[in-house]
Amino acid sequence: MVCGDMKLLVIEDDREAAAYLVKGLSESGYVVDHAPDGRDGLFLGTSNQYDAMIVDRMLPGMDGLKLIGALRAAEVRTPVLILSALGAVDDRVKGLRAGGDDYLVKPFAFSELLARLEALLRRGSPANATTKLQVDELEMDLLARTVRRAGQPIELLPREFRLLEYLIRHAGQVVTRTMLLEHVWDYHFDPQTNVIDVHVSRLRQKIDKGFAHPLLHTVRGAGYMLRGRGRVSS
Amino acid sequence: MTLGRLLRTNAFRIAALYLALFATSMLALVTFIYFSTADFIERQTEETVDQEITALREESQHADLAQLRRAIAQRSVGPLRSDETLYLLTDPNLVPLEGNLSQWPDAQAVRPGWISFPLEVNERGKVEVHQARAALLDLAITGRLGHYHLLVGRDLKDANLFRSNMLQTLAWASLLTLALGVVGGLFLTRNMLRRVDAVNRTSERIMRGDFSQRVPLTGSRDEFDQLATNLNAMLDQIERLMSGMRQVTDNIAHDLRTPLARLRARLELTLLEKPDAARYGEALRLTIAEADTLLGTFNALLSIAEAEAGARRDMLGAVDLEMIARSVAELYEPVADEKGLALIITLDRGVMVRGDRHLLSQAIANLLDNALKYTPQGSVTLTVRAENDKAFVEVSDTGPGVPPDQREAVFDRFFRLEGSRSTPGNGLGLSLVRAVARMHGGSVRMEDSEPGASRPGLKVVLMLPAIETADHPTPAPRRAPLGVA
Repeated sequence: MVCGDMKLLVIEDDREAAAYLVKGLSESGYVVDHAPDGRDGLFLGTSNQYDAMIVDRMLPGMDGLKLIGALRAAEVRTPVLILSALGAVDDRVKGLRAGGDDYLVKPFAFSELLARLEALLRRGSPANATTKLQVDELEMDLLARTVRRAGQPIELLPREFRLLEYLIRHAGQVVTRTMLLEHVWDYHFDPQTNVIDVHVSRLRQKIDKGFAHPLLHTVRGAGYMLRGRGRVSS
Repeated sequence: MTLGRLLRTNAFRIAALYLALFATSMLALVTFIYFSTADFIERQTEETVDQEITALREESQHADLAQLRRAIAQRSVGPLRSDETLYLLTDPNLVPLEGNLSQWPDAQAVRPGWISFPLEVNERGKVEVHQARAALLDLAITGRLGHYHLLVGRDLKDANLFRSNMLQTLAWASLLTLALGVVGGLFLTRNMLRRVDAVNRTSERIMRGDFSQRVPLTGSRDEFDQLATNLNAMLDQIERLMSGMRQVTDNIAHDLRTPLARLRARLELTLLEKPDAARYGEALRLTIAEADTLLGTFNALLSIAEAEAGARRDMLGAVDLEMIARSVAELYEPVADEKGLALIITLDRGVMVRGDRHLLSQAIANLLDNALKYTPQGSVTLTVRAENDKAFVEVSDTGPGVPPDQREAVFDRFFRLEGSRSTPGNGLGLSLVRAVARMHGGSVRMEDSEPGASRPGLKVVLMLPAIETADHPTPAPRRAPLGVA
C-alpha cells in the first residue's frame, strides 16, 4: 500500500460518514483533514497542499461539483475522488466533466475506496508516457503489443492485453473488480455472474503457469493485485 | 354555466372581437348605401325639374304670355298633391299669374338657380308642411317689359319619405345582424365551453382520485376529439406507469423486507449469544455480504426505473449494435468456456440503432448471463441481424426453456421460475431487458430456439428500431472474431 505521509482532505457534511472516512483512512496510514461543508473545503483545499481530496457531491453551502470547479479555477491540480449517492451514468459523466478524477457511488466498500484512492495517488507518475512496462521478469511492449515473461512470449487476446496493462500500471495496488469493469471494459453495471474473476483467472493461467512466483494475487474481500518480488518498476 | 363565466372565456372574447369588426364594416357599408341612394334620389329630382324647365323655356321662346300661361295651366291641373311638379309663373313684381303654387315662397331670393323652401300642402283636409326644391328661371317674354319669373319644383316629401324608410330599414337590418351575431357568438362559445368543461370535469374527477375517468369523445373527429384522444392516451400511459410503480413498491416491500428481516435477525441473534470476537466477526462479514446483495437488487431496480422513465431518451445517439454485442460476448466468453458451453456469435456488421450504449450492453449481458446460467450443456448463440427497418439481438440456448404460459411473466420484476430459485439472481435481469427494449421503442419476446425438437431450448429476441445505415458506412473489418469455444 502507498502511504508514507500522504495528506488527504475529506469534504463530507454527514458527520457519521465523515467519521467513518477519517477513521478508516487514518488507520490505513493517511493524514486526514476534514471539512464539513463546501466553503471550509474550498478554504482548506486552496490554502494547504494535499495529495488527494475526497469530495461528497452534495454539500451544504456549496455544491460538490461547484467546489471542484472552484478548486480547478484556482489552479489546484490535486486529484479529486467524488463520492455520490447519484449513480446513473449521466451523473458520473457530469462529475468527471466538472473536474473530478474518479467517481464512487455510495454506499461503497472501504476496500474499493482505498483501491481507487491509491490509483489516484499513483497517477501523474511518468508511467503513462512509456512504451514498455515491466514487473519483475514480466515485460509488456505497448507498441508491438507483445508480452513476455522471462523471455518467453505469452499470447494474449486484445482484451486480456488491456486487462494486464491495467494491472501492471497499478502494480502493487489493490485493483477491484469494479475498477477493472470500468477501465478495461468501460461498463458501469454489475454483471450478475462474476465474469471478472473468470477473466483474471484465465490471465493468471497465461502469465503465472509454470513459474515459481505468482505475480497476480487475489486480495480477499477486495480484488486483485499484480505484485513483483522486488521493487515495482514501470 | 353563468353569464359572467361566459364573458370571461377566451372563445367569447374572440367572438366579441369578430362581432365588433363585423359591425364596424357593416356600418360603413350601410352609410355608403344610404348616402349614395340619397344622392341619387336628389339628382333624379333635379333632373326631372331640369327637363321641365328646358321644355318650358323652349316653349316660351316662341310663345307669348297667354300661350305660356296656358301651357303652365295645363301642366298644373287639379289640387296640389305631393307627387306633382310645382309651377308658378309671376310677373316682374312677383304677382302670381299661373301655376299650382298660390304665392311666391317667402324670403327667397329672386335669381336664377336652385332653392329649397317649406311648402304648405293640403293633404286630405290637413295642412302639412313639406320640403320642396325648385329651380327659378327669368323669362323675357315677347312684347312685355321686365323679366317674368318661373318656378318649377318638386315636393320632396316622397323622396324624404323614401330616404327615412331606407334609413330605418338599414338600421333594423344592422340591429338584427348584430343581435344574430351576439346570439350566435354566445351559442358557439357555449358549445365550445361545453367541450372544454367535459375535459375539466374529467380532470377534476381524476384529481379527486378516480383514475378510471376518461374524457368523453363525440365521434366527430374534430380538434376537440383529437385533444380528448391525446389526453386519454396520456392518462393511459400515466396509469400504466403508476400501476408499474405501485407494483414495484409492493415487490420491493416484499422482496427487500425478507432479506432485511433475515439480516436483522442474524444481528439480533449474534447479540443474544455470548460475546465472542470470532463469531462477531463472522456475523458482520455475513451481514455485509447480505447488505451488498440488497444493494445489488436496489441498483438493478433503479436501472429499470431509469430505463422505464426513459430519462436518457434525449441522450440517445447512434450506436453500433454489432460492436456492443461483440464486447459483451467477449466479456462472457470465458464464463461459457469454463462451463463447457459453446458460445457462438453471428453478428451482422453495421446494424445501427439509436440507443444508450450502457443500457444496451447491460441488457445483452443480462440475456447472455441468463442463457449461460440456465444451460447445463450444449451451446449459447448470440445473433445480431437487421431485417427491413428492424434490428434484432437474439440469444438462443439449448437449456430447459421457459413454458409458453410463463413467457410473459418472466419479464415481470422479481419473477423467478420454479426450480430456478436456488440459482443466484434477483429476478430483475429480464425486467431490465424489457425496460431497455421499451425505452428504445422496441420489444422483447421469447420463443422456442428449435421449434419441434424434444428439447426446444429458448430463444430471446430483442427487437429494436434500426436506423438508416447510409450515413454510417460499414465499419472496416475488425480483428478476427472472438474464438469460438
